[in-house]
Amino acid sequence: MLAYAAKRLGLSVVIVSVAMALLFCMIYLIPGDPASVALGPRASEAMKEALRVRMGLDQPVWTQFWNFYSSAWRGDFGNEVLSGRPVIEVVLQQLPYTLALIVGGITWSVGLGIPLGCWAAVKRGSFADRVVGVLSVAVIAVPSFVVAIYALLIFAVSLRWLPAIGAGEPGHLGDQLIHLILPSLAVGLGWVGYIARMVRASMLEVLEAPHIRTARAFGLPDALVTYRYALTIAILPTVTLLGIGIGQMLSSAVFAEIVFARPGVGRLVYDAILTRNFPVVTGAVLVTTAFFVLVNLIADLVIGALDPRVRSSF
Amino acid sequence: MSVLAIETLNVTFSTEAGPLHALKDVSFTVPERRIVGIVGESGCGKSTLINAILGLLADNGRVTGGRILFEDGNDLVGLDPTAMRALRGLRISTVFQDPMGALNPVISVGRQMVNIQYRSGLSKSAKLARATEMLELVRIPDARAALRRYPHQFSGGMKQRIAIAMALMMEPALLIADEPTTALDATLEVATIELLKDLQRKIGCSVLFISHHLGVIAELCDEVVVMYAGEVVERGDVRQIFHQPKHPYTMRLLECDPARQTERTRNLPTIPGEIPDLRARPRGCVFAPRCTLAEAICAAPQVERDIGRGHRVRCVKAVSPAEAEA
Amino acid sequence: MGQVRRVLREPLGAFGLALVVLVVVMSIFAGLLTQYDPAGLSPRDRFLDPSTTHLLGTDQLGRDLFSRVLFGGRIALYVALVSTAISLAAGIVLGLIAGYGPRWLDNVMILLFDALKSFPTVMLALALVTLTGPSLTAVMVVVIIVNVPGYARIIRTQTIALKSSEFVMAAQSMGASTARILRVHILPNVIGPIVILASMDIPVVIAIEAGMSFLGLGVRPPTPSWGSILNDGFANIRETPWIAIAGGLPIIVTTLGFTFLGETLRDIFDPRLKGR
Repeated sequence: MLAYAAKRLGLSVVIVSVAMALLFCMIYLIPGDPASVALGPRASEAMKEALRVRMGLDQPVWTQFWNFYSSAWRGDFGNEVLSGRPVIEVVLQQLPYTLALIVGGITWSVGLGIPLGCWAAVKRGSFADRVVGVLSVAVIAVPSFVVAIYALLIFAVSLRWLPAIGAGEPGHLGDQLIHLILPSLAVGLGWVGYIARMVRASMLEVLEAPHIRTARAFGLPDALVTYRYALTIAILPTVTLLGIGIGQMLSSAVFAEIVFARPGVGRLVYDAILTRNFPVVTGAVLVTTAFFVLVNLIADLVIGALDPRVRSSF
Repeated sequence: MSVLAIETLNVTFSTEAGPLHALKDVSFTVPERRIVGIVGESGCGKSTLINAILGLLADNGRVTGGRILFEDGNDLVGLDPTAMRALRGLRISTVFQDPMGALNPVISVGRQMVNIQYRSGLSKSAKLARATEMLELVRIPDARAALRRYPHQFSGGMKQRIAIAMALMMEPALLIADEPTTALDATLEVATIELLKDLQRKIGCSVLFISHHLGVIAELCDEVVVMYAGEVVERGDVRQIFHQPKHPYTMRLLECDPARQTERTRNLPTIPGEIPDLRARPRGCVFAPRCTLAEAICAAPQVERDIGRGHRVRCVKAVSPAEAEA
Repeated sequence: MGQVRRVLREPLGAFGLALVVLVVVMSIFAGLLTQYDPAGLSPRDRFLDPSTTHLLGTDQLGRDLFSRVLFGGRIALYVALVSTAISLAAGIVLGLIAGYGPRWLDNVMILLFDALKSFPTVMLALALVTLTGPSLTAVMVVVIIVNVPGYARIIRTQTIALKSSEFVMAAQSMGASTARILRVHILPNVIGPIVILASMDIPVVIAIEAGMSFLGLGVRPPTPSWGSILNDGFANIRETPWIAIAGGLPIIVTTLGFTFLGETLRDIFDPRLKGR
């Protein structure tokens, strides 16, 4: 187990560093450079040149790469253009809000997806099963920002059931949770579909397994067989699926934060674009990417901890 | 007094290509404290028979006739699911073929054994004590520690012994053993058979033992039922079947048994032809298309006849020892 | 023709096909279906409710929303088709190289694909568009960067499986060139599933375009896009909710249509891909 964890950790570090290098290449190759972005279209050529020198953009590409790379690994993504605060500090300050949104999204998707998938599997071939199947595909298809806007329109503007904007009063947990309901629904709704489909498929597979027949042959109650003997195995792939899903949820969070005017990394990046704060953009991209890779690593290890078969095969 | 009496049992599966008559007029009994073996090639309906007895037929399968009488004349056919479940695991227990897959992989052995006792009314510690006792009985070393372990941490032979311990824990009246030794190697097979015989004597239950391994059947069973294409073609006590087989299918089956080969040969004899399509059963003898002795009369429907001392054969050409002498 | 009938026999497939046909037809004949210029300002007609003259009402600049929705469909389909085609071509080429090339190259490429896939899509898009400034080309570049690694990985896996198959070995022993083996023996065998998968990504691409335009990072005004309509609607959601509805509805209809159709096609042509 320990060797496996170390190997996975090593691979994650390699992936993150390759991703950093790729990001540098893309920034370097794509037309437009950070200095002109920072100064805006009306800046004179001389001003741009001066800033380029200050940002080290006049140096040979290898030197630039090394500077970018070594400081990024130290968590130094430069300073915010306006306030001069370190970018990493600004990004990490916003990260908890985005995390809360993603945890909320996972709560929605797991809370609805697992019961629906399980129900569909138990009632295989019924009308309910077909409805769940079609609904799963539908919620996967509709983009999260459309869900966000329509949810805002229906539940906040028309019905006025839930608040429309903000993250709630600081320190007031209940208020913050209420403010989290709609944005996290927008983030998690598509994943309700993914999880329902996956749980249904894996549940059907597990219910066919010989050990389930054994359990029935011992006369164990149906509920015990379905929920304890079958479902505990059928939900294991959910962890892996969610690990992959975090990446998409991070993307959805950008929209949810803008639509519901919440603080968070997505909102930070969006504002940074408007204020031409390029270091914040790169910093946020790298932090979220590293976070995504880390979550996948954790998901793999959690699977190991939950499934005794995997646990001892390491 | 018999523990299980199956009377003209018929099972049909509805398939896309039409109804499949999987079991046809199956009759036999399992007397008290006896071991009855069921033998036949794969596809002869052994598994369907077990599922029908346990009330675990697949959704498209249905008992279309006959009775399954258990203990004091309780008909299991049409029994409501709750009453059926009350019997399963308590009065009828099962050991399945595949020791790798038959135990739940994510629940510890002890937990699974405690769950099986959910109707016993014992305390948790009493249930654990009972589980430990059973594991010791099937000679699992360090039984207490074994309870905390998961199935994949045991070898195949140990897993099968654990499965047997689970099945006998509630002291059932009938143990169904579905090819319990097929997946094991020869040495383990002998040990497991010995263990099973030993425990059967201790607990005093009846056993319905399914196998395609004739040697094991001969070694273990008191009575034998030979099945072919969903029908019982011959049944009787173990000596009658093995020493005086009367049905041509039984004879060919015994000839084909590798253990019986005296000459050294590369090619094991096999019975030419295949099991008939069960969607379109022949009207007459079901074995006739593959039978070297078939005659015109075999195309007529066959009835099961007693040819002496409980030896029953479903073949018009079978004659009793008395008739043969005459 | 037989396949079309099989799609039509599935209720969901028929429904999806109908939605897709509706969207495509309305986009192609946009000019015939409306008399209004999608970019035509009309300060006197600002924020008009939906009516018989303006089916979906007008926006904050007095532009006819129905007309903007129709012409926005052209943008969505154009971006979806062009960027999917380019991603497909690039993914196939890279996948063949990784699968058929030397082992070290395969390892390097796999690492690059995995690293590319570890960027959260929208975050990466935001970073790139910050540099280039908003444009449809930028959106398409983002889509291609996001899609290519997945396609290439699938092609690579299949190519590796085929590489050691008997007919490829036979062709090699008869001295066929690598290019010929790839073209004649491998490509036809790997292209089917990937085309189905790519067609199932069309709704995702449409969502990316709309999303970027919603953030003001896609099309430049006054070009109509469903995303930019949605953004106009969002800005005025309390007073004139119909603008947001007009922007969201075509996105929902199109993504649902393509998804239902894609799922049905996949089940018909390649049931093994189910739940990929």
